[in-house]
Amino acid sequence: MSDDPVRPGAEPRAGSSVLARIGGFFLSGNVVMVTFLAFVSALVLGAIIIILASPDAMAAWDHVGRAPGAALGRSWHAIATAYSALFIGSIGSPRGIVQAIASGDGAKISSALYPLSETLVSTTPLMMSGLGIALAFRAGLFDIGGQGQLILGALGATLAGFLLPGLPIYLHLPLAIVVGAAFGAAWGFIPGLLKARTGAHEVITSMMLNYVALNLLTYLLTTALFQRPPRYQPVSKAVAATAQLPHIAGPSLRVNLGIVLALISMVGVAWLLQRSTLGFKFRMLGANREAARVAGVNISRQYVLAMTLAGAIVGLAGAFMVLGVDHQVAAGYGGTIGFDGITVAILGQGNPYGVGLSALLFGAFAAGGRTMQLNANIPLQLVQVLQAVLVLFVAAPGVIRTIFRIRVRGAGRVFGGWSG
Amino acid sequence: MSDSPSTALGGRELRKDLAAVRRRGLAIALWVLAALDLLVFARTVSPGSTTVFELNAPPALPVPALHLPVFATLLVLGIVCALLGVVQYLWKGNRQTYLLLGIGLALTGVAFLAWAGKGETVDIEGLLMTSLIEAVPLTLGALSGLLCERSGVINIAIEGQFLIAAFVGAVVGSATGNLWLGLLCGALSGGLVGLLLAVFTITYGADQIIVGVVIDAFALGLTTFFLLSLLVPNQMTLNSPAVFGPIPIPLLDRIPVIGPLLFNQNIMVYLAIIILVIVQVALFQTRWGLRVRAVGEHPRAAETVGIKVQRVRYRNVILGGIVAGIGGASFTIGSTGQFAHNMTAGLGYIALAAMIFGRWRPLGALGAALLFGFFDALQFTLSALNAPIPSDFLSMFPYLATIIAVAGLVGRVVPPAADGQPYARE
Repeated sequence: MSDDPVRPGAEPRAGSSVLARIGGFFLSGNVVMVTFLAFVSALVLGAIIIILASPDAMAAWDHVGRAPGAALGRSWHAIATAYSALFIGSIGSPRGIVQAIASGDGAKISSALYPLSETLVSTTPLMMSGLGIALAFRAGLFDIGGQGQLILGALGATLAGFLLPGLPIYLHLPLAIVVGAAFGAAWGFIPGLLKARTGAHEVITSMMLNYVALNLLTYLLTTALFQRPPRYQPVSKAVAATAQLPHIAGPSLRVNLGIVLALISMVGVAWLLQRSTLGFKFRMLGANREAARVAGVNISRQYVLAMTLAGAIVGLAGAFMVLGVDHQVAAGYGGTIGFDGITVAILGQGNPYGVGLSALLFGAFAAGGRTMQLNANIPLQLVQVLQAVLVLFVAAPGVIRTIFRIRVRGAGRVFGGWSG
Repeated sequence: MSDSPSTALGGRELRKDLAAVRRRGLAIALWVLAALDLLVFARTVSPGSTTVFELNAPPALPVPALHLPVFATLLVLGIVCALLGVVQYLWKGNRQTYLLLGIGLALTGVAFLAWAGKGETVDIEGLLMTSLIEAVPLTLGALSGLLCERSGVINIAIEGQFLIAAFVGAVVGSATGNLWLGLLCGALSGGLVGLLLAVFTITYGADQIIVGVVIDAFALGLTTFFLLSLLVPNQMTLNSPAVFGPIPIPLLDRIPVIGPLLFNQNIMVYLAIIILVIVQVALFQTRWGLRVRAVGEHPRAAETVGIKVQRVRYRNVILGGIVAGIGGASFTIGSTGQFAHNMTAGLGYIALAAMIFGRWRPLGALGAALLFGFFDALQFTLSALNAPIPSDFLSMFPYLATIIAVAGLVGRVVPPAADGQPYARE
């Protein structure tokens, strides 16, 4: 970006102290630092929102002239309650975990590890949808259709899960996963093909397909094939036990094989992008389409492949949710997870390991947010605001640079217009 | 983007090819509609059945209800549709492709209603009324997107602007008891979101699509958060605004059928029409509009003749936010009053689709918004008739139509050339 000039070796202003120079060295051009500062900014903004929503604190601010201490104290109390609930809900109490492990009591360990298990459960689909969308990112495609691909993946896994009871688990479970991936792939294939054949922008087509998928789901949940027998509610039949992802930390914790498969997928996507010919072509395409074309890359085919693969991976997010946790689909299944995958991919800067970390963070946010809502009576959606602010700052490092007066390279990824 | 998709795919032949494919594709689409009328609908109709189309007229001039024999109606409409397809196939120089398709779709809509409502009464006035009301936020949202994109900034944040303005409109309207103040604040809050988009994308060069998507997530989270933490405990004071009542326009509102439809609506409908006319005229008849379009098509050239590109973009994005804000306010103080969780339910994205479907033109956007609104309204009518078609498929229509439109199968859709391109002075 010429807006955001990279000045290699630009010295700090003359006359600045040694301390400032050292600080400047650590603060310049560092992705981790930007993300950290963005995180801090998001928490500060979140704190302001918490105060605004706390009647106690706001009442104290009415008399800030007479009792400034009370206003600050109440505000601090509101913020501390919220953020500590967020922490306890996502990680748990560190002391509690140590004590439980020391006691050696299985039930106690389980309950102390419950928050961590919930974090990993929420992380799994976020990581998968983030990985799929990041893969498309790297090929220069903006897959905004995660929601639809996730729904299709969940539908496919559910269908295979209840349609073939009696299969042994080593056949049934892989089959259900593969069908889920195939359904998601189909939903990614459409925008890929349209882009390759007609130039239709994938942002629009994949976004529209989200709503087609949502309506398709609502419709299918009224059909005899999908709907659970009494047929009063829009809920699908349940997935057979032989197609469910086994729990990996005892029956009382929901954490299941899905997180392991997600981690394997993360390594797989990283390998694909960094080590394989296909990944190299994707990255070429993402870096410079014209150069890729001149170098003999079949652009149309890569578009279709990248979108199909992305759809398959996001479809797996839905499959893991169904097979690992819910064992059925309902109307509006998946909520905003397919959408959150976009923010996960942006926060991870399209790097599979970065995506994994971002998904872990957002998974912790999701699990902690539920506890915060329950214990501190603060709506879960605060977490959504924090995530959005965090990603907004990461997508525009220039803003962070201005706020904190540091030098930061790059201006984030730019996709360009509808016609490209 | 300097390289169009067709250069990447083998040049001019393909573009020519596509034009022919589009012409034929449209003809085939019309024939499919005709086949739907004749083969699917007409075959399942018993010979003697009729459908009553009721047109509720104002008391001054009652209009009798129309009794249509279903089979004959379907036959006529199907044949007309098929003939339109022939015309389209043979008429090579036709540039009004959308017009023919629009007529075909409308005829099929009537045929469909006649078929679905056989032996019953269809409330046409109600159907049209609902379509029009649904079309108001869609039109305003599409105009917002259009104002931004004509200057080269993609506005995916329409959904977020809708939500925040709906929220602010409801809260201000409820707390102050003044709906006009609510509308004003709603519009300004939309403008504020526009400013946010402008700062991040124009000044800091962040990707417009990413920022738009994230702003939508931000708006959804923020409005739901404050709804649950502030509005729900104080429902009576903060979330119970009145709504704008209908303003009859003297004399005109007494015209049969269209009188009550067009001239006895609330301020939102009139505002949408006024803004539409202003945008249409300003964009294509004034110097301001020429400058905006120049910035959207070729910012470098615009800069060399002395137009301040960044300033034009800032102005348009904020203006677009204000227009979307008015559309957002119509969700609460224009119709239902209360703010509810995620009450725009993706209509901001449909508005974006309406803008694209309307080919970045105000009147086109209006047409698309009416069409989408009609299909939305059709669901209510059909569920009242117990029609044998699941409403979910009707809900898919705007989305499928948009996909077909951007795929260029029925007419060309060309965005402004510099749409989505950040611009920096050299």
